[in-house]
Amino acid sequence: MDIKKTNHDNSLIVGISGKIDTASAPKFEQELKNSINDCTELIFDFAEVEYISSAGLRVLLSAQKTMNRQGSMKLINVRKNVMGIFEVTGFTNILNIE
Amino acid sequence: MKKFEIEAITENLHAVLGFIDEQLELIGCPMNIQMQIDIAAEEIFVNIAGYAYKVGTGMAVVGVELHPEQPSVDITFIDHGVPYDPLAKADPDITLCAEDRQIGGLGIFMVKKSMDEVKYEYLDGCNILTMKKGW
Repeated sequence: MDIKKTNHDNSLIVGISGKIDTASAPKFEQELKNSINDCTELIFDFAEVEYISSAGLRVLLSAQKTMNRQGSMKLINVRKNVMGIFEVTGFTNILNIE
Repeated sequence: MKKFEIEAITENLHAVLGFIDEQLELIGCPMNIQMQIDIAAEEIFVNIAGYAYKVGTGMAVVGVELHPEQPSVDITFIDHGVPYDPLAKADPDITLCAEDRQIGGLGIFMVKKSMDEVKYEYLDGCNILTMKKGW
């Protein structure tokens, strides 16, 4: 998994590529912790995410809870397969997916 | 059935998925199905790595049985750890809002939802979890 972060004022775009699994989720979580303190708009670009397990969902849920307190969060360019996982776990109800 | 025995630690997750993928590719499993199987296998293997062996670590055996005529696959996970039926855990309430959502149990819930059949038995000192997926 690779993570590319782009800052603009208080907006942060996080582009992720590869698999968000048990092995990579801790890195994903740490990268977010280091960057979202002053963020009021968090955007995840999921165009290159091909896999997400519950370890990755845990990080997204935690980020959503943080951003509910300090601004907004959305996911863009989610692939069909990954969308299927969000649907089956009810994450389509708690995440803003465009 | 092809079998793969490996120490049940999360660092071995990719080796386990590599073994399963290699088998699935032999019968041309579609990529979207392979992803669902990999996620289910990850949830089960990580569960064993986390909970099966209270002291130190132990081994896990992963078995893959291909049924090219259906086509489908049966994947079995065996460990010698403490008796534990992951399927007995109540499903999470996926209708709650983000603030009230609990992440616990979500992995096993994904396994139940994405596989055609999942069963658990404790036999001769072994936890045996089998999941079936066709396409």
